[in-house]
Amino acid sequence: MDDVDRAIVNQLQGGFPICERPYAEAAAELGLGEDELIRRVEALLAAGTLTRFGPMYHAERLGGALTLAAMKIPLDDFERVNAIVNGFPEVAHNYAREHEFNMWFVLATETPERIGEVIAEIEQATGCKVYNMPKLEEFFVGLRFEA
Amino acid sequence: MSNAAAIRREPADIAPLIDATDRRLIQATQEGLPRVPRPYHAIAEQLGLSAEDVMARLRRMLETGIIRRIGAVPNHYALGYQANGMSVWDVPEERLRELGRKIGELDFVSHCYHRPRHFPDWPYNLFAMVHGRDRAQVEAKVAQIAALLGAADHGHTVLYSTRILKKTGLRIGL
Repeated sequence: MDDVDRAIVNQLQGGFPICERPYAEAAAELGLGEDELIRRVEALLAAGTLTRFGPMYHAERLGGALTLAAMKIPLDDFERVNAIVNGFPEVAHNYAREHEFNMWFVLATETPERIGEVIAEIEQATGCKVYNMPKLEEFFVGLRFEA
Repeated sequence: MSNAAAIRREPADIAPLIDATDRRLIQATQEGLPRVPRPYHAIAEQLGLSAEDVMARLRRMLETGIIRRIGAVPNHYALGYQANGMSVWDVPEERLRELGRKIGELDFVSHCYHRPRHFPDWPYNLFAMVHGRDRAQVEAKVAQIAALLGAADHGHTVLYSTRILKKTGLRIGL
């Protein structure tokens, strides 16, 4: 990754134009040619530096629901519970974290009601309590990740 | 937006702002835009729509917040941000909004949310995801948040991820 890639990653995390030739417009702001920007975005995607290039949708506004949930699992029972939790298609991301609350996952469901049902199903299947920690308010400012 | 008025608004808060064509457009773009000189035209062709319609729909979704933003989504691990610490804070409810906004403005915080407490096990009501190149960097940033909160910090901790157990990404079911 060189300075041009870095400028692309830093400056194009939002505001990509909606017009006939958006790459040309964005490239001009970066002092690049359209071809070069397209080629570099493609390469950044291929290298895994970018996971995606395009619109980021707001899942909740599409009628689905999201929540963050946590569990406290005894270490010797972790793998069993992990297999059960990951078996639920509604579990989108799941992270082990160093804490008494050692499993944190995001539930994404098609309806808000389904969140409570899935939590009850996970509790039933694992025998462990699930702590539901939905977002009550978001203090969202920007996007970062300086490259 | 000429076609905003044509969008049927339903009383329920369940996806009142998008129609069936928007859903097809979302499906066609949630993996990304084509890397061609006229990406919106390419999508329009694929969906049998006009490019003007595709662009108008995307603009409207951007205005209504259905699209958060359009651009590059970096993989923060690939950028060297190996340490992500979920810092969690016990903050007085009446100051939560004011303080949440201040923390959300910090350039090293990628997400800042108010979430419910679960007494007695979980006293924390403010979550701020802090990214750093290593734990020492995360700790220094957490100390900055603590300084900003001052006496409003009734307790905090940082949870580091040790393992990704599952990552399928958020697929929008349509």
